[in-house]
Amino acid sequence: MSETPLLNVVDLVKQFPLGGGMLTQPRAWIKAVDGVSFAVAPGESFGLVGESGCGKTTLGRLILRLIEPTSGRVEFGGRDIISLNRSEMSALRQRMQIIFQDPYSSLDPRMRVADIITEPLRATQHTSRNQRRQAAAALLEKVGLRSGDLDKYPHEFSGGQRQRIGIARSLCVRPDLIVADEPVSALDVSIQAQVINLMEDLKEEFNLAYVFISHDLSVVEYICDRIAVMYLGGIVELASTRDFSVSPRHPYTEALLKAVPLPDPHRRTEPFAMEGDVPNPIDPPPGCPFHPRCLYKFDRCPREKPSLIEAGPQHFVACWLNEGKGLRNED
Amino acid sequence: MGNKLLEIADLSVHFYTPEGIARAVDGVSFYLNAGETIGLVGESGCGKSVTSLAIIGLIPSPPGRIESGRIRFAGRNLRDLDAESLRKIRGHEISMIFQEPMTSLNPVLPIGRQVAEPLMVHQGLSKAEAFEKAADWLDYVKIPAAGKRLNDYPHQLSGGMRQRVMIAMAMVCGPKLLIADEPTTALDVTIQAQILSLMLRLKDELEMSLLLITHDLGVVAQMAARVVVMYAGQVVEEASVSEIFDRPFHPYTQGLLQSMPRIGDRRDGRKQRLKDIPGIVPVLTELIEGCKFADRCPHAFALCRQTQPQLVAVGDKHYARCWLKEYPERRKGDV
Repeated sequence: MSETPLLNVVDLVKQFPLGGGMLTQPRAWIKAVDGVSFAVAPGESFGLVGESGCGKTTLGRLILRLIEPTSGRVEFGGRDIISLNRSEMSALRQRMQIIFQDPYSSLDPRMRVADIITEPLRATQHTSRNQRRQAAAALLEKVGLRSGDLDKYPHEFSGGQRQRIGIARSLCVRPDLIVADEPVSALDVSIQAQVINLMEDLKEEFNLAYVFISHDLSVVEYICDRIAVMYLGGIVELASTRDFSVSPRHPYTEALLKAVPLPDPHRRTEPFAMEGDVPNPIDPPPGCPFHPRCLYKFDRCPREKPSLIEAGPQHFVACWLNEGKGLRNED
Repeated sequence: MGNKLLEIADLSVHFYTPEGIARAVDGVSFYLNAGETIGLVGESGCGKSVTSLAIIGLIPSPPGRIESGRIRFAGRNLRDLDAESLRKIRGHEISMIFQEPMTSLNPVLPIGRQVAEPLMVHQGLSKAEAFEKAADWLDYVKIPAAGKRLNDYPHQLSGGMRQRVMIAMAMVCGPKLLIADEPTTALDVTIQAQILSLMLRLKDELEMSLLLITHDLGVVAQMAARVVVMYAGQVVEEASVSEIFDRPFHPYTQGLLQSMPRIGDRRDGRKQRLKDIPGIVPVLTELIEGCKFADRCPHAFALCRQTQPQLVAVGDKHYARCWLKEYPERRKGDV
């Protein structure tokens, strides 16, 4: 990437205490996000994939500083947002917004749609009620709802329509970046496609950058330009979407891709069942966090943790197999 | 044609709600052969789960009521049976697993006890025998160190492990039919692959029939022999899995298949817009004169909005509920 990144995340760490109280020490620390770095260009769609507990949601919240990191930097438009004070942060929030997974719990049931959509405006700018209603009406039309819906309440809408309301809310301050945390996971297939198409159109129109968080590889692959795969708090592979699907280099990425059931009855494959569960983040395995489940592990893997290295042009991977030696069984 | 284990004919289930009568299942018919796997596909509210609850006699009543129809299982009409006889079939000859294992397991009972219980209730085994068999089953579904985990509680297990316990519980009595309602939807993709692989092994080794309820067309393509597609309480298409994927007839089935992004679609670097299905599913309390899909259908014409089509043959063992069978010229080209 030659241009200045819109978002630059540097060695970000977030630890959560486990147990403990005001006067007692926590029993342990969970490294939810463990030294993550990446950059997102203006107008780019960047995907974060991984299974439950891999830290992708925590990372999304850290990017917007909805929670404070333990260490590391988040730069937005060249400024380190972690050092900003409250009012500076509030001004910057207009440029970065979030869309949540659950369209049922992310909208206040007692607020009318017009107020929900324009709440970010009310929070950050001096606007009249009339201006806000006009803005809300325009936004509703933009996301495919009717401006006549302004005075309705969330329960009067279907799941897909509520997600459109969530999107309209995020757009109302004309952001440059939207963090979308599993925005279509709770939706039915046909509605999911509607919302994906809407997000694509809006991206085009407003030159939005997305950090798109999802466990659904086919959706991420469809939307994103680049994809980062997370496992146990760290990025294990980061590549262009094409490299991700054509030549994945991390055994975990490979396993994820192979585990997706193909929607083709003529290509039936034995489900690729990788043994074991994701390890408990309280007590992560030594060395490479993936080694207990890895098909290609060798003596170095449980001893040393591999760092993210550039194994191909703009293709980063954290795996000892990429140290130049072709140790893979199948090669 | 194989031997029909389960045959549902003209089943209707209504729910009496303050908003009116919801026709959750509206004249559904299909069958399942012995040893066969059927994928029952559709989106939220299409009636697929209600259909399965009706089979095992667990429609919450009130507000629900089976209005009409036959549910024949192994030669008996389940609707004629009293509650006690139905209870004997449930968990013994027909078992069910649900989407969220945490809500279907009892949180205050050890898992060994929960797996052993159907054996004591249905097969009259002693406690010791039942626990021994439970341990065997937990081992069979690949719970690591199963013998030592009998006294574990559900909260001590991961989601995938809980689903394995659910499967062991459903399987202990050797059911002829397993109904799996979105069994892998709540699981991560690598864990889903483990559970699907387990279900395939069980089915092969135990010659059981599987009614797999899911919205995931990938799971259907990999697991099912035949597919029944439901929309708004009705079967809109039924065919072998290869017919459904190769020659979908109903515009809804076509829409579902086209609206799904697929892994590898962008290998050539191009991105094609997803073909979505416009609009939303109809409200079930609304009485619809014509085809229930007409409002969202790109091919709909006047007749579709006036008269409901019937499920008719459109190919070899391939049925669809659509006027395009009689009026093929109404099908628009590229939509």
